Amino acid sequence: MKKILSIFILPVFALFFSLNVKAESLTLGWAAWDPANALQELSKEFTAETGVDMNFEFVPWPNFADRMLNELNNQGSTFDLLIGDSQWIGAGAVYGHYVKLNDFFDANGISMDDFNPATVYAYSTWPKGSPNYYALPAMGDALAWAYRKDWFNRPELQSEFKSKHGYDLGVPKTWDELYDMCTFFQGREIDGVVRYGAAINTERGSEGITMGVTAAMYAWGMEYEDPNNPYSMDGYFNSDAAAEAVEFYRKMYEDCAPPGHSDAYMVANLDAYKSGQVAFQMNWYAFWPGVYKEDSDGRESGFFANPCQNVCAATLGGQGISVVSYSEKQDLALEYMKWFARPDIQQKWWDLGGYSCHMDVLGSPDFVDSAVYAQGFLDSMGIVKDFWQEPTFVELMLPMQERIHDYVVNGKGSAKEALDKIIEDWEEVFEADGKI
Amino acid sequence: MKSAVKKFKGLSDKAIAWIFITPTLILLLAINIYPLIYAIRMSFTNFYANKIGREPKFVGLKNYKKILGKEEIWEKMQITAHFVCWTLILQALIGLGLALLLNKKFKGNELLTTLIVLPMMLSPAVVGVFWTYLYNPQVGLFNYVINFFYDFGVFDMIGSSTLAPWSIVIVDTWMWTPFTMLICLAGLRSIPNYMYEAAEVDRASKWQQFIHITLPSVLPFLLLALLFRGIENFKMFDLVVELTSGGPGSATELASINLKREAFEKWKTGYSSAFAVILFVTIFGFGNVYVKVMNKIKDR
Repeated sequence: MKKILSIFILPVFALFFSLNVKAESLTLGWAAWDPANALQELSKEFTAETGVDMNFEFVPWPNFADRMLNELNNQGSTFDLLIGDSQWIGAGAVYGHYVKLNDFFDANGISMDDFNPATVYAYSTWPKGSPNYYALPAMGDALAWAYRKDWFNRPELQSEFKSKHGYDLGVPKTWDELYDMCTFFQGREIDGVVRYGAAINTERGSEGITMGVTAAMYAWGMEYEDPNNPYSMDGYFNSDAAAEAVEFYRKMYEDCAPPGHSDAYMVANLDAYKSGQVAFQMNWYAFWPGVYKEDSDGRESGFFANPCQNVCAATLGGQGISVVSYSEKQDLALEYMKWFARPDIQQKWWDLGGYSCHMDVLGSPDFVDSAVYAQGFLDSMGIVKDFWQEPTFVELMLPMQERIHDYVVNGKGSAKEALDKIIEDWEEVFEADGKI
Repeated sequence: MKSAVKKFKGLSDKAIAWIFITPTLILLLAINIYPLIYAIRMSFTNFYANKIGREPKFVGLKNYKKILGKEEIWEKMQITAHFVCWTLILQALIGLGLALLLNKKFKGNELLTTLIVLPMMLSPAVVGVFWTYLYNPQVGLFNYVINFFYDFGVFDMIGSSTLAPWSIVIVDTWMWTPFTMLICLAGLRSIPNYMYEAAEVDRASKWQQFIHITLPSVLPFLLLALLFRGIENFKMFDLVVELTSGGPGSATELASINLKREAFEKWKTGYSSAFAVILFVTIFGFGNVYVKVMNKIKDR
């Protein structure tokens, strides 16, 4: 009887113990998009090396901030690691959501000098630029443009464009050129189908239209505040150049966007482009590997950094990876971070479609030729600018979304009025926060 | 066991009633009354739920003054009023019309009733998402149907500040008219036939029968349906968020959407608690007046 029992019981025990050995796991939270799938693939290597299971919770972009910030504000321990937006770093540091990483970096020989300086500044430091690190640059990103290279290469379109505008149809160097090209394609019939100019960000609910309009405002030279007098915004954020940029963005929306593109962000722009509706789409570098891979049926995509106007600048995207201070597995989470910071892993990260910020990857002689969008990415990361990263960034984002959408899409008031009102809203936020 | 039954038998009716009521009372207190009292308390502070460690300060009526003096809040209230009024008017007229139609006996009556009732069984979020496709100016069915009758050209229902407030009215009416219809239908079916027979003996016309028998009999039911819809639409959130996100700009930002943004995006807990209290008092006040009027009509 004992023998019979042991035949049945032993495998059950073996299974129980094997499950127990594998029970060590980490949960990582991020947005649901292509790079997240690449990270999931990459992390299999971490599991293979350490035996630690990786669980992922990827939240769709429109709900990403709500879901994650609610979790942090409630001091939830669902996530051990979080790849949070660059703007969250202030709140993460000030409210104690993120673990400060300086000692860990020092103890493990991780140097921030090994990462692209713009990404370290944007994704890791608080107060900005200080050597206080709350995240490791994980995913470099900036707002850029994709265009229908196959249409641009058509001789009849090239000659028509040149005779109309006096210069070649090609990658636009300025926003004025971009506008010429967008309007050139607007309503044009190509292969028997009516096409439109550009799919630009107009989304109202989260951050879409702000990310889009700031791409123009930065190129016009907008500054958020007086560099010598922090939080003094009058004359900077609402300067004539800034207002002109917002007016220009409205002109782009009216004259270049496809019909019904009034609440569009990442996915809607991708859809408009992939379905052959538009000649240009504004979007994040994160999507270019997918767009490039899916080129078919004669579609050939080209990519370029945000055009210059008065200055060259681009809207920063991307995220750093942080250890959540409410996690009960902080040591294990730091192990993951240590693994992720390794140059060989960073190279694999780029190969899989993630945008590494490690200088060994970006500085490699093969990097520029490794993807058609690699040069653009390098160019962009040298000129990026970000929205406020204050702990109150959501309070700052919401009025901008409302006021800019009201002007650009709704046509209410003037650009200057919209910017003036945003400053009023922001001053109220900074006052409540004790900054002014 | 026997002794337990005996003990139970020894309880008074009042005690047994309390035993049954107590769990419900506890739940009500925990889920409704306590949060309400807590929100009222918070509304007098400058509390921010995301600012961990910062003690809320008592600010008196400051939040209330700020809300009631803010032009934008009144704009949101106007948008909400437009939405509530028009949806109620349309749902009352169409709902009553459909109920009158379905009260007749004809072939396919049951199938038609089932089809008409379908929209209200869908999730508001799902309805919001698929109506964004229906409203799409390029591929949406809505533009196609409208242009079939009269060529308006390309128009964007949810991208235009003039049309967007109507776009949410149309979708809510499409979704919730069946509810009004069902309640009215119940009212119509409760009217005894002898009343119409007596009216016919008195040579009353169909119109007179409608005005003097049908309408007074069905009115309390219709008013009850409108009370439910009015309260629901005053708090409307999910459908409109999915459909327009409150846009373009703030053209369809209802009071409840604004409240959610203040409370859970800006984390102005004290301020938004005051706003929630104001909205609660408004609904409660209107609801009470409405019920009194409704009872008077019923008593007539």
